Amino acid sequence: MTPDVPTSAGLATYNFAYLDEQTKRMIRRAILKAIAIPGYQVPFASREMPMPYGWGTGGVQVTAAILGPKDVLKVIDQGADDTTNAVSIRAFFQKVANVAVTTKTREATIIQTRHRIPEEKLTAGQTLVYQVPIPEPLRFLEPRETETRKMHALEEYGLMHVKLYEDIAKNGHIATTYAYPVKVEGRYVMDPSPTPKFDNPKMHRSEALQLFGAGREKRIYAVPPYTEVVSLDFEDHPFEIQTFDKPCALCGAENVYLDEVVLDDKGGRMFVCSDTDHCEERCANGHRGHLAYNKEAAE
Amino acid sequence: MYVAVKGGEAAISNAHRLLADRRRGDRSLPAIGIEQIVAQLGLAVDRVMAEASLYDRALAALAVRQARGDMIEAIFILRAYRTTLPRFGYSKPVETGVMLVERRVSATYKDLPGGQLLGPTFDYTHRLLDPSLLGDEPVDTALERDEPGEPVMRVSDILAGEGLVEDDGNLPEGHVAGDLTREPLEFPMARDLRLQALARGDEGFLLALGYSTQRGYARTHPFVGEVRIGEVEVELDMPELGFSVSLGRIQVTECQMVNQFKGSAKNPPQFTRGYGLVFGQSERKAMAMSLVDRALRAEEFGEDIVAPAQDEEFVISHSDNVQATGFVEHLKLPHYVDFQAELDLVRRMRREYEERADAVMRDAAE
Ligand SMILES: [Zn+2]
Repeated sequence: MTPDVPTSAGLATYNFAYLDEQTKRMIRRAILKAIAIPGYQVPFASREMPMPYGWGTGGVQVTAAILGPKDVLKVIDQGADDTTNAVSIRAFFQKVANVAVTTKTREATIIQTRHRIPEEKLTAGQTLVYQVPIPEPLRFLEPRETETRKMHALEEYGLMHVKLYEDIAKNGHIATTYAYPVKVEGRYVMDPSPTPKFDNPKMHRSEALQLFGAGREKRIYAVPPYTEVVSLDFEDHPFEIQTFDKPCALCGAENVYLDEVVLDDKGGRMFVCSDTDHCEERCANGHRGHLAYNKEAAE
Repeated sequence: MYVAVKGGEAAISNAHRLLADRRRGDRSLPAIGIEQIVAQLGLAVDRVMAEASLYDRALAALAVRQARGDMIEAIFILRAYRTTLPRFGYSKPVETGVMLVERRVSATYKDLPGGQLLGPTFDYTHRLLDPSLLGDEPVDTALERDEPGEPVMRVSDILAGEGLVEDDGNLPEGHVAGDLTREPLEFPMARDLRLQALARGDEGFLLALGYSTQRGYARTHPFVGEVRIGEVEVELDMPELGFSVSLGRIQVTECQMVNQFKGSAKNPPQFTRGYGLVFGQSERKAMAMSLVDRALRAEEFGEDIVAPAQDEEFVISHSDNVQATGFVEHLKLPHYVDFQAELDLVRRMRREYEERADAVMRDAAE
C-alpha cells in the first residue's frame, strides 16, 4: 500500500507563539491560579513542544501563553544571552511570534531564564519566566508526588528543616548552593529553580511578576510582585549568599555572581560576570576590570 | 586579554547544516523515499506511530528519515507535530472482536474457533543473516486466502462463557475516557489513563518491567490468552447526523494476557487479565504492556505491592521515552552557574577539612 505522502504545504502551520489559543487559555488559567496562591504548584496539561523536555519546555509554554505582539523578549541561560539553548529559544519565538527581542534587561517586558536572575533590579511591568526542571522542593527527600502533595497541603515541612539541620551538624553549614528552598508569603515552601542561592534575595518583594514553568513535570507556580520570599534557615545559622574574593575581571563589578573561566592548563583562572548584559553595559560605561580589553592601549 | 565565547547562533546553524549533510549521506546513492520506509521498514514506522500516538504511516516514515533512524528522536518529532492538531472528539470504542485478523495465536488452547493464524511473523525463522537480502532478488508473493475470513472469536469470550475469567468491567456511570495529552497526570490513575500511558510508553522500558515480573518481581502467572494483529474500523459518532461514520481502518496489535488468580475476599477465584493494545504490528510491545498492566492492578486485587512493575507512580512517571530522553540529555546543557556554586562549596569544605586535620596534628604534637 502506497501511503499518501503529504506535500510540504500540507503539513500543519502554527499559531502565533506556536500554541493554539485553547492551550494558551488553559495555561493562562493555571498562571492565574498560581498567582492567586503564591508558591503553590498548579498542575497543568503541559504540551509536547518542539524542543526536548528538560530544555525549557515549561518556560517556553508560559512565555508563549503570555506573549503578545508588542512584547520585547529576552532569553538567558546561565545569565548569558548567547548560550546555545538561549539562542535557540530566542530564535524559536522570533520564528513563531515574530516578536522583538533584546539582550538588554531593562528593555525586556518578558525575560525567560534558566539558572539566573539578572543582576539589574527588575521593575514593575516586567515578567521573569523561569525554566524549572524539578518543581518540587521536597522531591529529593520524598520521591512520591502523592506524598509531597500531602506534605504541602498539611504545611508539613519538618523534613526539609531536618535536612538543612543535618547539613549543619555534618558540615557546620548548609550544603545547598543552588535551588535553595524558600518560603513564599509565609505558606508554601518553593523551589526557586536551580538558580544559585546568590539570587534568592532578588526574589523577595520583587516588583516584577515571577512565573515558573515545569513542562515535563506539568507544573506552573508563581510569585506575584511584592511577595515575601524567605530563604529557609535557622536563627543561629542565618541564610547567607555566596561571596567572591575578586571583582569581575572584565568590568570590575562587585557583589555580582561570577563564572570561573579556565584560562590555561597551568591553573590560570579568571572570574567574570555571569550576567553578560550587565557586564557589557558596565564596560560600555567605562568600567574596567584588571583583565579588560583596553582599547586605547591596543591602538 | 580574554574574549567571552560568542557566536552561538552561527555554531548552531553550522551544526544543523552538518546534520543535514550527514543525514543525506553519500550523494552518489539514491535518497531513501518515504514510500520505501513505509513499505520496507514498516515495523520501525509502526513503533513511531505507537509511541507518538499518531496513526499516520507517511508522517511517521518522514520522522524516521528526518531522525536518521533514531527511533526516540522520530517519536519525539511526530509527537511535537501531533500536539498541534485539533481534537475532534472521541471515536467509538474499537471493536477488536470483528478485527480482520492477519495473525492470531493463543497459548492457552491447542485449537479454537478461528484457528491459529501465524501471519507475517519472525517466530520460527532461523536468525541467520540472509545473503539474498544483500541485493534485490525477486521475492515470491505471499499466499493469501481468496476471501476475507469470518470474525474470529476472542479467547477471553471463550473463557467468559464459563465465568472463569473476569469480564471487561464497566466504567463508572458518566465516565469520560481521559486524555493524558490534554490533562495533567494525577496519581492514583484510573485504568483508562494508565493504559493510555502504557500504550505510548517506551517499548524497551515496558519490556524490561514485564520481564521482571516473570523473574519473580511481582509474579503474575501469565498465559497468552491471545495475541491478534489486524485491521479494525474507527468510527466517530456524529450527533448532528444521528449516526456514526467510519473514519477508516487502522492496524492494531492486541494482547490479552490471562493470569492465575486465587481469589480474595471480594473476588472469586478466576483468571484475571492484563491488556495490551498498540498501533500497528508490535507484538513485543503489546505483550509487555499487558504484563505491566496486570502487575499495576495489584491494589485492585488486594495483592502486596513489592516490586517496581506494580508501582504505578514509578512505572507511569518513567515510561515516557520523550520525557526521559529530554531530561537525561539536558544534562549536557550548560550548568556552570550551579557548578560554580558547588565548586565554591567544595573548596570551602576542603579548607575546613584541612584546618581540622591540622588542628588534630597540632594537638597530637603537643
Ligand atoms: Zn563584569
